Amino acid sequence: MSTTAIPTNTKWWNGGRSPFNASYGKVMMWYFLMSDAFTFGAFLISYATLRFSLNDWVDANHVFNAFPFFGHQDLPLAFVSLMTFILIFSSVTMVLAVHEGHKMNRKGVENYMILTILGGIAFLSCQAWEWTHLLTGEHFALTKSGAIEMLNTTVSHNPWGHRISGEVLTNALRHTSPDVLRSMILEHNHSATLASLKDLNANELISKIDLNEVYVGRSGPAAFGSYFFGITGFHGFHVFSGVVINIVMLAKTRLGHFEQRGHYEMIEKAGLYWHFVDLVWVFVFLCFYLI
Amino acid sequence: MSDNVMTAAELHMPHDTSAGTGRIWKIFRLLSVITIIELALGFGLARHWYGEPELHHTAILFVKGTMCILSLAKAFYIVSVFMHLGDEIRNLMMTIVVPLCLFIWFITAFLWDGNSWKNLKNTNAGSKPDQTEQVVPAVIEKGAKE
Repeated sequence: MSTTAIPTNTKWWNGGRSPFNASYGKVMMWYFLMSDAFTFGAFLISYATLRFSLNDWVDANHVFNAFPFFGHQDLPLAFVSLMTFILIFSSVTMVLAVHEGHKMNRKGVENYMILTILGGIAFLSCQAWEWTHLLTGEHFALTKSGAIEMLNTTVSHNPWGHRISGEVLTNALRHTSPDVLRSMILEHNHSATLASLKDLNANELISKIDLNEVYVGRSGPAAFGSYFFGITGFHGFHVFSGVVINIVMLAKTRLGHFEQRGHYEMIEKAGLYWHFVDLVWVFVFLCFYLI
Repeated sequence: MSDNVMTAAELHMPHDTSAGTGRIWKIFRLLSVITIIELALGFGLARHWYGEPELHHTAILFVKGTMCILSLAKAFYIVSVFMHLGDEIRNLMMTIVVPLCLFIWFITAFLWDGNSWKNLKNTNAGSKPDQTEQVVPAVIEKGAKE
């Protein structure tokens, strides 16, 4: 694609010119991104190592099956697909901004930068919703104490183990506190009210639970939350800083800094960072949601 | 020496400005299609294969492997076209790509280690036998998913 005439027998390493035919800033941005790739790589490999070392992990299709305003419908992968397409699309608008920069079209750069920033903000909002959903959503889980408790997904709690049934479930119910039993009844029996269950003892409460309806899992490996929030958080922080960088670039474009300079290379460098964020998401998406 | 110092403007190698945005949209479509295929495979895992892990263990591994390869293809197109590394000269390309080959060892060695760790625990050959008590019943009950 590069059409700049470069003699084929150019001696790149003879001094006097950049052997990479790129400016210092751009080469250093590449090296920074390479080192950042190793940071993300190390996180993801650490996660994968731990997962390989355990007989069981969580079923991502079960954990990530919610969509805003769709209540309790089981929609595996739907929300994260939306996030993925938002990020891919904002990557496209970024590369279009770089393209407009090559044409020295200031208005075009501005418009595409605005779209890219909006894409980044949309992605961050989705991530905020997803985190809130995981951190606040409580689920019935059989903990090591032998009782069923209501757990949310945090760095120390994971309610997403395999579903329990039969004798394991009836045994666990006998050790479970009346408060949790009441919540279990209320979840599937919509005619029951808290007041009508108030005076029942534990055995009466257990008899009211429809064992086929209620979903109780084992508590899964606690590391799931640490890795999920750690890695998606680190990625989200990259998206956030990318949005900040893009806003600065938009401001500098508006002020005409790049026009005065005669080239839009800063947009290219910010673009490299932004595409890298998309690149990392490809692997985060693969490791946490698909596999 | 001042001759040797080149400004960013001189160095800046404009990519073909006359070229349209056709290539960008083509890659966008390609990335979207790959993502949709990945999602279809993911739905397949969700809806069918996860139901019977024992029966389809090899099938699951195959599907997951396919998803990994598709992700690598996506990564290639993002780096090569969106980040224009494919348009840079070979010197710059190699200084980025060659160090990344470290990942081949990095991934292989650590996954191997994780797997061996699991085998040690499952066969009670590890140094902390109490850990196996939490792990083994889950296997008997439901079968290893991974």
